[in-house]
Amino acid sequence: MFQSLGKYILLLQLSFKKPEKFSVYWREVMLEMVSVGIGSLGIISIISVFIGAATTIQVAFQLSSPLVPRSIAGSIARDSNILEFSPTISSLVLAGRVGSSFASQIGTMRVTEQIDALEIMGVNAPGYLISPKIIAGVTMVPMLVIISIMLGITGGYIACIVTGDITPADYIMGVNDGFDGLTVRVALVKAFVFGFIIASICSYQGFYTSGGALEVGQSATAGVVYSCVWILFADLMITSIML
Amino acid sequence: MIEVKDIYKTFGDNEVLKGISATFQTGKNNLIIGGSGSGKTTLLKCIVGLHEPTKGQVFFEDENFTEMDFTERVPIRTQIGMLFQNSALFDSMTVEENIMFPLNLFTRQSKQEKLERANFCLERVNLKGKNKLYPAELSGGMKKRVGIARAISMQPKYLFVDEPNSGLDPKTSILIDELINELTTEYEMTTVVVTHDMNSVMGIGDHIIFLHQGQKWWEGPHKEIAHTDNKELNDFVFASKFMQAAKSKL
Repeated sequence: MFQSLGKYILLLQLSFKKPEKFSVYWREVMLEMVSVGIGSLGIISIISVFIGAATTIQVAFQLSSPLVPRSIAGSIARDSNILEFSPTISSLVLAGRVGSSFASQIGTMRVTEQIDALEIMGVNAPGYLISPKIIAGVTMVPMLVIISIMLGITGGYIACIVTGDITPADYIMGVNDGFDGLTVRVALVKAFVFGFIIASICSYQGFYTSGGALEVGQSATAGVVYSCVWILFADLMITSIML
Repeated sequence: MIEVKDIYKTFGDNEVLKGISATFQTGKNNLIIGGSGSGKTTLLKCIVGLHEPTKGQVFFEDENFTEMDFTERVPIRTQIGMLFQNSALFDSMTVEENIMFPLNLFTRQSKQEKLERANFCLERVNLKGKNKLYPAELSGGMKKRVGIARAISMQPKYLFVDEPNSGLDPKTSILIDELINELTTEYEMTTVVVTHDMNSVMGIGDHIIFLHQGQKWWEGPHKEIAHTDNKELNDFVFASKFMQAAKSKL
């Protein structure tokens, strides 16, 4: 385990060495940002709307006491979305979608000698392959999480209209009531850290692939599994530190 | 000129290279031959720095490559072109982008100049007009030729070729061999080819090193190969009935 940690840290060091040519790296960063950001927008939108809607319905179901105002469901759904569902669930889904893609892309390059070809040319392969992915991860995941939060709250609003468990007016009142900016800051810190975890761990798994197609698949699986575990651990740590 | 001195390479308990010393001459096709598992590719990878030798040194001209770190090696690496066994083309890039890739990173040429260089290299390997194809759209022989075009795009002093004929039909193999031979002469490169193809050995082998069980077993030009009494070399080169029949005419 310590050997793997050491290799991971050394790989990260190499990844952030000075690039051979900034313009070439910049192009790669842009491509990765499009791939991570635009490419994941569809799945993030779908899960956010549905989770937001389901959360609102469940909270409304549990608020059966006439002493509790119905609008509180909006507040609880909002904070649940901002603090937990949007950053964590989105990141777990992104680990599957983006992380497996990173690991298998780099792993395939390793087993087909494309990484060797980069090194022979004098290119810092970790820098060229991994740093654009990490930059894309730490910038795009927070953006996706912000979109996810907005869509999650919108999903709750739609659920109110469709089911009638809470009136839309009560829901909006609850969403606006007692909003604390700290929750958004916590969500963004989580998203930044989760983006880094997904990109770096999956790239690491891909970079040290050896063998053939079977091992590429195993690297992708390992990347996703380790990313998910570390996302959940980091979620707990950030939550306990910041709240 | 490239010189390797007393190279050892061990993977775990397996000693693959056992004290190999050799000189690879400028302007010549230097062939490393040997059976499967004899250490040919490992030696090649030790020379280019993809593997670090357990012991021993590699010199490019008089510069000790083994003792350099990654950054110090970059100036030498920009003078190295390499064709990999499976071509190792970047599959997310077109043919043209593959060839222009090292130019983009290591030169200050304008886009037009890089494009002209890419076109020249493609024309040199008889693939004019294939600029926009992706590696997945190319045949095995075309991939090898694009690999060669990418390898020569920076006008290298050293060309390394790993199994250039693997997976190719005999006619395409000969074309690739001829291309390597022509480029070596034309650019006065130090070319090192790892192969076990006997056509290559007889066709372009200016200087041959035969490896057996991780050791250098024989060294010489291809003209001498038929007249040696080295048993292991004879067993390897004249393994087929065709080569045995051809031996009397060599």
